[in-house]
Amino acid sequence: MVGMEYVTTRKDELVGWVRKFSLFPYPFVTACCGMEFMSVSSTLYDTDRFGAALPRFTPRQSDLLMVVGTISHKQAQVVRKVYEQMCEPKWVMAFGACATSGGFYRNYAVLQGVDKVIPVDIYVPGCPPRPEMVIDAIVKLQDRIATDRHPILPFEHTPPPAP
Amino acid sequence: MDVEYGPPVRSPLQETADPDHVVVNIGPSHPATHGTVQIIAEIDGESVKRADIHCGYLHRGFEKEAEHHTYHNVIPYTDRLNYCSALNNNFAYAEAVEQLLGVELTPRCIWLRTLLSEYNRIADHVTCVAASVMELGAMTAFLYMMTVRDYIYEHLNHLTGARLTYSYVRIGGLARDLPDGWLERLEEVLQFTERYLERIHGLLDRNRIFVDRMRNVGKMSTAHALNWGYTGPMLRSTGLAMDIRKDNPYLAYGELDFDVPVGINGDNYDRYYVRMCEIDESIAMVRQCVRKLPGGPVSIEDPRVMLPKKELVYNQIESLIHHFKLVIDGIQVPAGEIYVAHESPNGELGFYLISDGGGRPYKLHVRAPSFVHVGGLHTLIEGGQLADIVPTFGSINMIGGECDR
Amino acid sequence: MHDDPIAEALREHVVERGDSFGMLVLRIYPSTLRPVVARLKDEFGFDLFLDVTAIDYPARAPRFDVVYHLLSPRLKRRVRLKLAIGEPDPVVQSLTSLYGAARYMERETHEMYGIRFDGNDDLRPILLYEGFVGHPLRKDYPMEREQPIVPYRDQSGRSTEGT
Repeated sequence: MVGMEYVTTRKDELVGWVRKFSLFPYPFVTACCGMEFMSVSSTLYDTDRFGAALPRFTPRQSDLLMVVGTISHKQAQVVRKVYEQMCEPKWVMAFGACATSGGFYRNYAVLQGVDKVIPVDIYVPGCPPRPEMVIDAIVKLQDRIATDRHPILPFEHTPPPAP
Repeated sequence: MDVEYGPPVRSPLQETADPDHVVVNIGPSHPATHGTVQIIAEIDGESVKRADIHCGYLHRGFEKEAEHHTYHNVIPYTDRLNYCSALNNNFAYAEAVEQLLGVELTPRCIWLRTLLSEYNRIADHVTCVAASVMELGAMTAFLYMMTVRDYIYEHLNHLTGARLTYSYVRIGGLARDLPDGWLERLEEVLQFTERYLERIHGLLDRNRIFVDRMRNVGKMSTAHALNWGYTGPMLRSTGLAMDIRKDNPYLAYGELDFDVPVGINGDNYDRYYVRMCEIDESIAMVRQCVRKLPGGPVSIEDPRVMLPKKELVYNQIESLIHHFKLVIDGIQVPAGEIYVAHESPNGELGFYLISDGGGRPYKLHVRAPSFVHVGGLHTLIEGGQLADIVPTFGSINMIGGECDR
Repeated sequence: MHDDPIAEALREHVVERGDSFGMLVLRIYPSTLRPVVARLKDEFGFDLFLDVTAIDYPARAPRFDVVYHLLSPRLKRRVRLKLAIGEPDPVVQSLTSLYGAARYMERETHEMYGIRFDGNDDLRPILLYEGFVGHPLRKDYPMEREQPIVPYRDQSGRSTEGT
């Protein structure tokens, strides 16, 4: 129908704007990067300015999974389970060098990057990353959410990809 | 897509003795367990009958990595043990290697290491108290302490180049000397810390809710603490004044004037208060170190351990070869073994280092206080309420990097 | 060093005594571990069990050295006990009846080196997970051999929509 593309585009802009400024992170904190996560959520480098401050410590109510710190093989199944429990739309931030690629731990215990078990949307390097880098990552993720497609209307639903 | 994974370690609490009891799983991804500990508790209503603590979710193979890296390359790994006070780990490890080598540090290095150890102790205790009171709901105290801690981090960033994991120590000295204006800024940060700590005391010390939640919770006696291997503020809160800085002084602690705060009951409130008193003692110690800081070089000139100056490396072939050998082969430490124990903010941090004469450690074992404390945690939780698990766990100051190494 | 009361009292159990940078080191017979430690605890006040670990000497006949560190708050000194046990089936007496702190550390030594502690009925893995084959801190375990639990996902570089 003529004009429907215009409607869906404007709808996508509106939904993108709403979703990007109301991110509820799930801070999956394991290691040293957790200290920087605490700093970035606090008063000096505030993520509340970007709408991403209120952590929801349950995956059912959050949409941004921040994998903060090293993921060992023992912890990998926990990450996987938490990711599967989150509802769409969801995004994943790999916070720190260890979550991105295993960091400088290359041994029997450490998963070499959390993207081996879950898909990651944005990687934040650093060991640990400075809080400004984390905020930069959140802003870049927000830009991507803003320009993304958000198929929420009934006629836009596509069947989920086969597992 | 949804695959069921079994538990990584089975628990003996699968069947409960009493059919009315329920087995509850807390963690390992839980804000109160600092993200890496799983507590499986058998509860009857609200009281905990049995508890089974599973750690190891942050095991990163520190000891295996240490066996494959040169002595200098191990330093960043030691940072990430107790990452809240990384300098304490650095200095303990460096002292183990230096004693095996038989090198004497310069006086300025000794006093600077003492100063920075105490400075990092302030940061660690602030983090512990902040995290534990946030889990009780005291957001204001948490944000105040995060501000204090951020100023300390920025200040140490000016000195070492990093906010959290400094890798500032070198075998035989330190990476670099103090920059200009660092000591003046130090005094400003300490005054800022004292002002904010007064506010924290005002918010928490006699707060009815805080006292009700922390008094007589997680109580232990001195004999119980010694049996389960507790050291540090946990042991001192029971009344025994055991502190390595007083008993077997290392670095410059023999010449510093400080008290060792002890508690009375051994409960959570005492541990909180012992930590707050230790912050005051540490501030006083830092000020003493600033007054007594001698001049001189900050690293020794021993060619066995110290890299030559860069101008020489670029211009002389001997210095180039020397630099190459030290970086590739590592410092050659004579064969031997040593156990060095430092008083880290959590307790006795021990490095057991065995060298076979080469450039890599043959074995480097860490006696991690957090690991031992988690081993005895179930005795503090059992018999209490489910809601008491959170403050008790917070008062232990379990740092995942140190517990699981 | 020659008039050390502890070394004199335990003379008949000691194979070799030494001094490591001021710390008394006693190499004892493996079968006398529990009586020696009980005596240290009762007579000399070594109430604090610091550490147990093991050292792997693959080229030596008794392959492992099990090392204990104890601390006496009364005497303010530490002591190191070493004993040698070999393959197959390295077994040591457990100290859990004397110290509660020995539980976790014996579990860790067991899973890292494969040394059994007779008397400790809880030798489940603590830092590793069940299903992990091998003992990582032995010298013949390659550092980079990972044993993942969660199967790795396909990382062929598609976009991250879906899984």
